[in-house]
Amino acid sequence: MGWAMPRGVLTTCILVLVALACVPLMESRYLIDLSTEILVYVLFALSLNVIIGFSGNVSFGHAAYFAIGGYANAILLTTYEWPLFLSFPAAVVLSAAAAAFVAYFCTRLTDIYFAMLTLAFSMLVWAIAFKWRSVTGGDDGFVGVNVPEFLNSRVPFFYFTLVIVTTSIATLWMICHSAFGQTLIAVRENLTRAGFIGVNTRMMRCAAFIVAGTFAGVAGAIFAMYNRGVYTESAFWTESAQVLIMTLLGGMYSVFGPAIGATTLYLLERFANEYTEYWPTVLGVILLVIVLVLPEGLVGLAKRIRGHIAGGN
Amino acid sequence: MVVLETNGLVKDFGGFIAINDVTFSLEKGQKHAIIGPNGAGKTTFFNLITGHLKPSQGTVEFEGREITGMPPHQIVRLGLARSFQRINIFPRMTVYENIQTALIAKDHKHFSLFTPAATQNRKETRDLLDLVGLNKEMAEIAGELSYGKQKQLELAISLAENPSILLLDEPTAGMSPQETSDAIQLVDEIASSRGLTLLFTEHDMSVVFGIADRISVLHHGELIASGLPDEVRNNKEVRRVYLGEADDAAA
Repeated sequence: MGWAMPRGVLTTCILVLVALACVPLMESRYLIDLSTEILVYVLFALSLNVIIGFSGNVSFGHAAYFAIGGYANAILLTTYEWPLFLSFPAAVVLSAAAAAFVAYFCTRLTDIYFAMLTLAFSMLVWAIAFKWRSVTGGDDGFVGVNVPEFLNSRVPFFYFTLVIVTTSIATLWMICHSAFGQTLIAVRENLTRAGFIGVNTRMMRCAAFIVAGTFAGVAGAIFAMYNRGVYTESAFWTESAQVLIMTLLGGMYSVFGPAIGATTLYLLERFANEYTEYWPTVLGVILLVIVLVLPEGLVGLAKRIRGHIAGGN
Repeated sequence: MVVLETNGLVKDFGGFIAINDVTFSLEKGQKHAIIGPNGAGKTTFFNLITGHLKPSQGTVEFEGREITGMPPHQIVRLGLARSFQRINIFPRMTVYENIQTALIAKDHKHFSLFTPAATQNRKETRDLLDLVGLNKEMAEIAGELSYGKQKQLELAISLAENPSILLLDEPTAGMSPQETSDAIQLVDEIASSRGLTLLFTEHDMSVVFGIADRISVLHHGELIASGLPDEVRNNKEVRRVYLGEADDAAA
């Protein structure tokens, strides 16, 4: 097989999974909802990291594919009354197709120009969601999503999310550790040299963008059902910024870093909102700290501390 | 047999003619050195051949096939690999991964999303590590190696593509005399044992006359001489613009 996950990581993953599977036993609605939301954001952040951490480009418009997955799933389920097993894959395929379209243009560019173009496309998606009232519900949002009977209560929906997110993360992990993933790191490390080992670097960056968009679509499709609605905010640039901060906070050079970042930021937001109205201020401070002292995020910090302890002995 | 040929190659950087009407050919199995003073256009010439830059005029042919304007990754695939004057590796990957990734690319596996990287091309990676003598360093982060070893790594990366022609841009730049001698011996051995055609630029004349069997001289972007080492050494024009400068300084 060759998919050797380091034992420590594997153990941690299994423990987290078991702990999550036990969440409904606590019979706390709050905890189940919180876990569902975190799972969605973890997948969203991990998908973005394929672009940032692996292909070495920054996307400021990743929310677009989350929103497309959400709107598509919601509209197909509700307006067209498609069954879930068709609407969900269709929504994901649509996100992937949109990502492919955008990637075709964006990967002509690099650095800030790439980032700006991803932002422009995401604002286009936002504008369409905002203006196409008859289909998307405009700024009222698309409400009243027709969620299938068997997922209509909290606990089954949580398990549904857990299964889809876990499968998606396992798939992402494989992609990141595949021949493709390793070559993608080479592209990030040295675009020129990667070309001179015979790699079509533009196609690689395109493929990474499509993978990222696909899994963002999965996260969005789940979230639309969870909320029983999709709102234009989900495509807005602030949503893209939030998932970007999640990824950076966790650490973009590690496969699971963004998962830690997403969880941390989500919990911080929840708690901060209980004590203060100034969440954006808190978020600003977090961003400052990342940029100034935590360039490799929480995972990088953990590594540094471990290095210190090992060095101290 | 001519394996690489340029016809009337010109590179104009917005008024500055870096390469001017260069017609050049490389025979199979040659160890061909390109020399010339700083700024003569050696690196630009390499960049034009390998697709890193597009020529303003003229053509490049590889084994009779025109490759002018092709992107680098396609030219590499045809069997024309290169190294760079300034170190060009994947700095935050391990030495092992650097070579392994190049081999993955050679085998067209870089779009395999579900093929585990760790198990790919193990033996070939080991062989290349052996060849350039980086076995002990294989788990180290490439960017943390000494300068000379990074150069060796880059050589291994270029060889991973299994090229028929290897272009080396100043393979010994920045090396100590000992490193230079080791590196050149290595390149010479590899080229002979693999039947590689070698095209290299070099500023160290002892290296050039030590291994080259053909020498071409670039001056202000023009090819002013090309031939056997002795012919070039005795060429009046060359002595005047290039070797002569050193003679004057010595006198």
